[in-house]
Order: sequence, then structure tokens, then C-alpha cells
Amino acid sequence: MSILEIRGLKASVDGNEILHGIDLIVNPGEVHAIMGPNGSGKSTLSYVLSGRAGYEITGGDILLNGNSIIDMEADVRARLGLFLAFQYPVELPGVSGMSFLRAAINARLREENQEEVDQLAFVKMVRAEAKKLGISDEMLKRAVNVGFSGGEKKRYEILQMALLKPIMAILDETDSGLDVDALKIVSEGVNLLRNPYRSMLVITHYQRLLSHIIPDKVHILSNGVIAKSGDKTLALQVEENGYSGIDDAA
Amino acid sequence: MVATVETISAVEEATGKYKYGFVTDIASEKAPKGLNEDIIRFISEKKSEPEWMLKWRLKAYRHWLKMPEPNWSKLSIEPIDYNDIHYYSAPKSAEKLNSIADVDPELIATYEKLGIPLNEQKMLAGVAVDAVFDSVSVATTFREELSKAGVIFCPISEAIQKYPELVKKYLGSVIPVADNYFSALNCAVFTDGSFVYVPKNVRCPLELSTYFRINEQNTGQFERTLIIVEDGGYVSYLEGCTAPQRDENQLHAAVVELVALTDAEIKYSTVQNWYPGDENGKGGIYNFVTKRGSCRGDRSKISWTQVETGSAITWKYPSCVLRGKNSVGEFYSVAVTNGAQQADTGTKMIHLGEGSKSTIISKGISAGKSQNTYRGLVEINRGAESARNFTQCDSLLVGQLCGAHTVPYIVSRNPSGKIEHEATTSRISEEQLFYCLQRGISEEDAVSLIVNGFCKEVMKELPMEFAVEAQKLIGISLEGSVG
Repeated sequence: MSILEIRGLKASVDGNEILHGIDLIVNPGEVHAIMGPNGSGKSTLSYVLSGRAGYEITGGDILLNGNSIIDMEADVRARLGLFLAFQYPVELPGVSGMSFLRAAINARLREENQEEVDQLAFVKMVRAEAKKLGISDEMLKRAVNVGFSGGEKKRYEILQMALLKPIMAILDETDSGLDVDALKIVSEGVNLLRNPYRSMLVITHYQRLLSHIIPDKVHILSNGVIAKSGDKTLALQVEENGYSGIDDAA
Repeated sequence: MVATVETISAVEEATGKYKYGFVTDIASEKAPKGLNEDIIRFISEKKSEPEWMLKWRLKAYRHWLKMPEPNWSKLSIEPIDYNDIHYYSAPKSAEKLNSIADVDPELIATYEKLGIPLNEQKMLAGVAVDAVFDSVSVATTFREELSKAGVIFCPISEAIQKYPELVKKYLGSVIPVADNYFSALNCAVFTDGSFVYVPKNVRCPLELSTYFRINEQNTGQFERTLIIVEDGGYVSYLEGCTAPQRDENQLHAAVVELVALTDAEIKYSTVQNWYPGDENGKGGIYNFVTKRGSCRGDRSKISWTQVETGSAITWKYPSCVLRGKNSVGEFYSVAVTNGAQQADTGTKMIHLGEGSKSTIISKGISAGKSQNTYRGLVEINRGAESARNFTQCDSLLVGQLCGAHTVPYIVSRNPSGKIEHEATTSRISEEQLFYCLQRGISEEDAVSLIVNGFCKEVMKELPMEFAVEAQKLIGISLEGSVG
């Protein structure tokens, strides 16, 4: 069974239809890339999948692990294993990173009727994962995303992904605002999290991320529909000819 | 650190909106409704007070009669009928108790339900409690241990009889009898409260705490607290308050006076959770409180920390008169209003001494259709050479129908004074909420996390034992405020 199945998905923001019917199947362990020019509906797709308020589904369905999630609140979807790495991670002034991470993990554990993690084990676990991403103890002590550089914010998103162990992760323009070195650290972090039970949807404007995170499939989103699908070579074609060339081909 | 981590689970433990709304069914003795000189004589006689105390009360009453109700606050208040209130109510069994063992089990059970065990074995380690039920103090714990250190902690009614010289010297010395309408009323009819005396160079070995409970219908609570710390002494004191859920408004007009002598330090914390009324504004406590501390000695320090979540109306300005050279005044406040609650609260820092310093950190959170006002005065007087103040006032809005207001008054009569004022107003954004939701955190827990993050600077000033309780309270007070 597929992890994520999108069937004829139509969605509107403020009454304007942005997604005009999207079909997509992501099987366990697969990494799919969604590429597209600005305004093609990439971010809208990530918000619709994760259930953000203000994004109205006007047709079709979204199945996670075979169950429809379109009537579920965002927090319920998250607890079922859907994770969104934000393009612009949000600052939570005064909220300590550790309490935030712990609240998130415990919410997930409770959903699965498991016992909450104890304080000591939790700190150990966070430190171990943080080390892999080059996140310092000092950074863990700060308030969530407050005073983080662009690169730190993105690494922090991947840290959360590592801790929450989603079955379906959506990475929304994770490469934006990253320099070459930061891009490498983040991609390595993501690659470490690839496994046969975790699927990913990597949303990006540029090919460069996909030479670090090698996708199984590539889809081109254009004007709210998937204009073309293919393997990783499709991303290289975009690099060479631009999106306009692809549009013609479609 | 630990306190913030526990927020979420703590919030979840607590169910029900106002869980302190129950009534204790206990026989009580009440004065007839109404206010006149006979009622005052009755209270004074009930407390077996000396003649000077009665005279003081009557003087205050005569002043009060001539005073107008204050109307400068940003509060809309239904008229109060001062003759429709019982000014004295005491559980029948509460007279002349020698030990905790003699306290009516029904009362012990009430305090247990409130989370305040009076049985010393079960108590929070290191906290002595005075429990005031309507008009009388029903129990004071750990008195022996305190007296070994020379600290006096007892009901003020007892102090009037046992330590008349101290009471005469300090009562009304910080807040004069005719200071304001509600303090004058309190002077006339106050019934009980706590008295603390810390002698020279003694660091009080325990946290002291008073727990105020209004139980009876149509009664007012007029407690009076007096804390005196001699040269080089230190005390940390905490008060908590709850009341049953009732449809009519009840009046609470307390007076708290603090005196800190040379090098003395007083830390006074409040977690106020009087019944706030229902969401349409029916019922709830009218909380008109006068609190003032006098930093009389050089290098003395008074620090007020308050977490205000309850009451239909809060009118409260814990203040410091900084007389001593290099004395320090601090005010840390979190005021949460939801539903139809109204709060007009803040502080006054009166600088008289050379080099005196004050800090004000105020965090106001408004939700529902509530109104939350910060009102504060910073006054640097002629003699206060090189005095300094720093004020930070932050307001957080939850929802579209509430209001936040900031009214600072700044007076400087000495050109060497330095006054800083910072203020911000923000809103819990949809983005912040969605970010938390996307991590699997429920909306209510998300609000609680964000709000507790917003108040962190104040919460860390609370004694550890109460910080968790206070966080929990803030979470509960904001339940149902989003969405």
C-alpha cells in the first residue's frame, strides 16, 4: 500500500483555485521531488497536505497510509506521522526549544498509546541527534528559532524530523537561503533519515538540492497541475532548458 | 528549566475550567449584613481587640464615609451596595484553636481539595502556611520551627493581642488610614490576615505562605497583612486565593503593608485565582487591593511578583516607596484576562532615596472579550540623586475581541534620574499556531506554550514550588480562548 496517495486534489485560497487536480502516489521508502517555478502551487500543496487553516480543499482526496486525512486537523495529521519541514520556520519567543520538542514528542507518543519519554532519556536522545546535524547544546537552549541563522533554522527542522520519526516527510524548499556548506549538512541529515518505511516529498525550485538528495521520481508542477513526471534525469533537463522548455514538452 | 518542561502535562492534568468553585458546607457565624459603627464594634469585640484598635477602625470608617469611590480606572463596575454584605463570617468551630489537630476536619478537607494540605507531614517541604477562611485564620503551620529562628508568623488578630507594640508601630505606617477608598474600608472592617516579623540578621528558614479562601455567600473578605523585616533579614512570602463559583459578585478589599529596614529583603509573590465569573460576566470576585512596601533602610529591597488569573475585576497596584539610599524595588507581573474579565493593574515606584533603583516587568495577556490595562507610576523625587528605573510592558492579544491598554505615568524631579520605558503589543499569530500544530501539539497546549514563553521572565521570579502551579493556572485560564 502507498504511504501517500493524492487523488484529483483541488484546493483554493480565498476563493481562488490554486491546485486544479493533482494525482500522486508515493510508495514506502520512496523520495519524490516536486519541482516548479514560482507561483506554480508548490507551497500551497505542502500546506494543503499538512492541513493549514485557510487552504480549502474543493475536490479530490488525500490518503495517508490508506486513510483519508482531509477532514482531520493539522495536529492530528502530524500525530499520524505527517511532517512538514517549513520553508520559513517560525519563531516562538520565550518558548524553550527543549520544552517544545518534548511537547511534540510526547503528543506523538500518547497518540500511539506509548509512555511519555522521561526527562533524562529525552535530553540524551536530543543531544545525540543534534550532534549529527552539528547543532550545539547552546543552540538547543535557545528559544525555538529565535536568533537562528537561515542555516540553523533549516537544520533545526531536520532535527525535529529525526526526533518525530514521520512516515511521510514533506520538505518545503529546504534549500532556500542555504549556502553550499549548509546545503551539504542539511542534505546529509536528510539522507541519514531515508529508510524503507519513510517516504519523502522534496519540494524545490532548483535542481541543486536533488544532486544531494537523489529522488526516485521527479514531478514538474506547473499552474496547479503536474505537467510532467519522470526519473531524476527530468531534474537535469529543467536545469538545462528551464521550466519553459518542460512546459512545451508537456 | 524543569518548570517550563512540565507545562504541557501539568495543563492536561487539570480538567474543568474553575476547579476551585465548590462550596464547603459548614456552619458559620456571621455578622448581620450592612456596615455601621455597631458592626465595626462587633468585629472588634469578636476579635477581643484592645480599645486602641477599635478607635483606629472607627477613625478609618469615619474617613471612608466622606470619601468618593475612585473612578479613574479603565473598569466598568456595577454599583456596589456596601450595606448588602456580611462583614464578618467565621466557621463556628474555628474559635480558639491550639493545634492543627483541633481544626474541623471539614476545613482540612477543603484545603486538601485546594491542594493545600495543612497536615505538616504532607506539606510541601520548606513552606509554612497560614490558612484564612472567610474572616478568620483557621490554621498556621510550622510555627514552632519558625519561632526557633525568632520569626513570628501568625494571624494578625493574634498579633494585635500578643505583639501590640509592633502592630501599633507599623500598622498603617506604609498605607495611611485614609490612603484610598478601599484601603480605608479595609482599615475599618478587616477581619484577619497574616503577620510576619523577621528579627535582625535572620534569614527566614521557610517560605511563608497564606492561603485565602472566600466560602460564604454575600460575604466580603477584607484581609490585612503586615510584614516587617528588621536590619539584614530576609523573607519570601506567597499568597494564594480562591473562591466558590457564585452568580453574584463578591467583594475582596485587602491591604498589604511591607516594611524593609536596612539591608533587609522581602520577596512577596501572589498567585491570584479568585472566581472570575462566567464568560458573560455574571458573578466573580471584585478584587480591590492596596499593596505597598516601604524600603525604609539603606540598601533594602522589596520585590513583588504577581500572577493574576482570576477575579471579575482586578484593581491592584503593588508599589514600593524607595526611601533608603540605594534601595531596590521590583515588580514582576503576569495578568491574564479571558471571558468578560477586566484588569487594571500595575505598580508605583516612588524614588526618594539617593541611588534607588526600580525594575518593572509587566506581561498582560488578554483573550475572549476581556480588557487588560497596565497602569504604572514611576516618580523620581528631588532627593533621589541618580535614581534609575527600567520598565518593560508587553501585551499579548489572543483573538479579536479583547483589549490591551498601557498607561504609564512618568514624573522626574531630579535631572540625574534615568528612566527607561519599553512597550510591545503582539498577537499569537496563525503562523505560530500552525507551526506547533504541525508538530502534533494540540491547539490548547500550543497557546499555553506560547503564553508561558511570553511570561517567562516573570515566572522565573516565582518560588519553584509555585511556578508549576502558576503555569498550569495560565493554561487553564486561557482554555477555549482560540478557535
